Amino acid sequence: MRKSKSATLISKQYRRKGFLIEVWLRLRTNRGAVFGLAVLALFILIMVYTFIFMTPADVSKIDSKSRYLPPSSAHPFGTDDMGRDLFVRVLYGTRYSLAIAFGAVGIGAVIGTFFGSIAGYYGGWTDQIIMRITDVLHSLPGILLGMVIVTILGAGLQTLMIAIGFTVISGFVRMARASVLSVKTSEFVESARAIGMSEFRIVFSQVLPNSISPLIVTFTARMATSVLAAAGLSFLGFGVPVPLPEWGALISAGRNYLTTAPHLTLFPGIFIMLMAFSCALLGDGLRDALDPKLNK
Amino acid sequence: MSNESLTKSMTGGAAETGENVLEVKNLVVHYVLKKETVEAVNDVSFTLKSGRSLGLVGETGAGKTTTALAIMNLVPNPPGVIKSGTVNVCGHEMLKLKPIELAKIRGADISMIFQDPMTSLNPVMTVGNQIAESVKLHEDCSHSQAFDRAVEMLELVGIPGARASEYPHEFSGGMQQRVVIAIALACNPRVLIADEPTTALDVTIQAQVLGMMSELKTKMNTALLMITHDLGVVAKMCDEVAVMYAGRIVEKGTLEDVFNNTMHPYTEGLFNSLPKIDNRDTELKPIPGLMADPTKLPVGCSFAPRCSYATDACRARRPEDRYVSDTHMVVCTAYEDPAFHIEGWQ
Repeated sequence: MRKSKSATLISKQYRRKGFLIEVWLRLRTNRGAVFGLAVLALFILIMVYTFIFMTPADVSKIDSKSRYLPPSSAHPFGTDDMGRDLFVRVLYGTRYSLAIAFGAVGIGAVIGTFFGSIAGYYGGWTDQIIMRITDVLHSLPGILLGMVIVTILGAGLQTLMIAIGFTVISGFVRMARASVLSVKTSEFVESARAIGMSEFRIVFSQVLPNSISPLIVTFTARMATSVLAAAGLSFLGFGVPVPLPEWGALISAGRNYLTTAPHLTLFPGIFIMLMAFSCALLGDGLRDALDPKLNK
Repeated sequence: MSNESLTKSMTGGAAETGENVLEVKNLVVHYVLKKETVEAVNDVSFTLKSGRSLGLVGETGAGKTTTALAIMNLVPNPPGVIKSGTVNVCGHEMLKLKPIELAKIRGADISMIFQDPMTSLNPVMTVGNQIAESVKLHEDCSHSQAFDRAVEMLELVGIPGARASEYPHEFSGGMQQRVVIAIALACNPRVLIADEPTTALDVTIQAQVLGMMSELKTKMNTALLMITHDLGVVAKMCDEVAVMYAGRIVEKGTLEDVFNNTMHPYTEGLFNSLPKIDNRDTELKPIPGLMADPTKLPVGCSFAPRCSYATDACRARRPEDRYVSDTHMVVCTAYEDPAFHIEGWQ
């Protein structure tokens, strides 16, 4: 194939900047979203820092002389019941919460959206089978389902991600199905068929991009709840193994000392809140930025 | 794709005028619902030669759109069922092909324009990408080549190429319809079905879009099936006319046959319901009654209950196709009496 010179010129001249660049240009006008993005970026930086400069030994270094110390310049977040530095532990724990927020919800979103779109688009028996299985999944209490999966697969961070990812699938299936149902009868879907697009391609190139906003909002909302669900599972002993400082596990460890050493729950709590809050802000901003009609 | 092949596929792909590119025979489409069956299309047959244009006229619910969807094999199923008949597009039996084979023909050999341009474009994709998508589906080429073709197509329909990177909502209705036409014509199909392409547009824009369509039709030698309820559009655009009533073609012929030598009482009724531009004082003569209920079609002629010429014979049995000349067909029992003629429209 030979490329003519004029042809290359045309496409350079008229082609849009990349899709992601455009989304970014719209996103950066939204202050909340920029704040959310900044906080998440900070968390990622912290995670990278802990990967490079901290070892598990630093994190579980016990100092029996300095137990329950309130925040000070030596220990910015104070110390816990074994004299471990809470600041170090909270920073180190960022990796677990990030992994769960993105990893677990990512797993659930990909699987759930895939099956939800197919159920909504094809309807009939496909829809019935997928939705009844989803109903069963949805009727089981999330924490119980998580415990069963952890019991089968064995405790650990990956298992925890899979377990929590599994519990959020049903929400995504339903959301994706509902939005696909509202878009699939549009005339542009019919037009796509009339120019010879295959059904499978229609689902993922025409229907899904038009039903993405509720899914993004679901995603960010689930990120926040997943961090909490992970905390719950950790507390029950089904989460990250005990000495590892997952934020939820830190809160459950500190709950006995709420009156005597409130900083033990306060700081991990603030971090969880910051994480959830920034996810939500970013999600809202993304939803707007992905809609080309709000370009003005 | 090299330059030569690009030019070739733009102009040379179509056949010589005169070859049948679309043949519909005895097409019957029903919508089977739980309680009742809607007989939307009942025994429709017509052919379309390349480079020619046929206007399919009729009121809402006459089965025009269903006929078009059946030609593309796009009738929603359920509830739609193509009971019988054949549709041949450039030698392909549309109703017998597998979905993969159908996808290759749709867009490449036959394309369709839908009524409302605002909803027939994908709101989250730039128009250039949407046209390019259609090219990429049928031709083996890279995205930038497809995009170049998209820009060319936009300029062909009178939109500056620089606007290829804009989204559908940034265009006016008339321009959106031009984009839709550009998508449909991007692969130079031999047959174009236009389902009321100007109904959603202002009258001034209608004229522009129609003018552009007939220009492109001549340039690319595309056969056009124009579905409309507007007789003015037919007069401007079409060589042949088929008038549909209750799922059946009741009168068919050249523009001259149907407009100047009207034979069917229904066609006469349609013309009588139009205001006359040179005599504003005449009262309109609407056709009495309502469109026949497609779930309960009469035994005899579907138009008989509204027809002022109807006889017992009309109500008793289904009228047959009657050719009064080589090109002119009328489906009316009354013409069994050689002396019968309609009053004619003024």
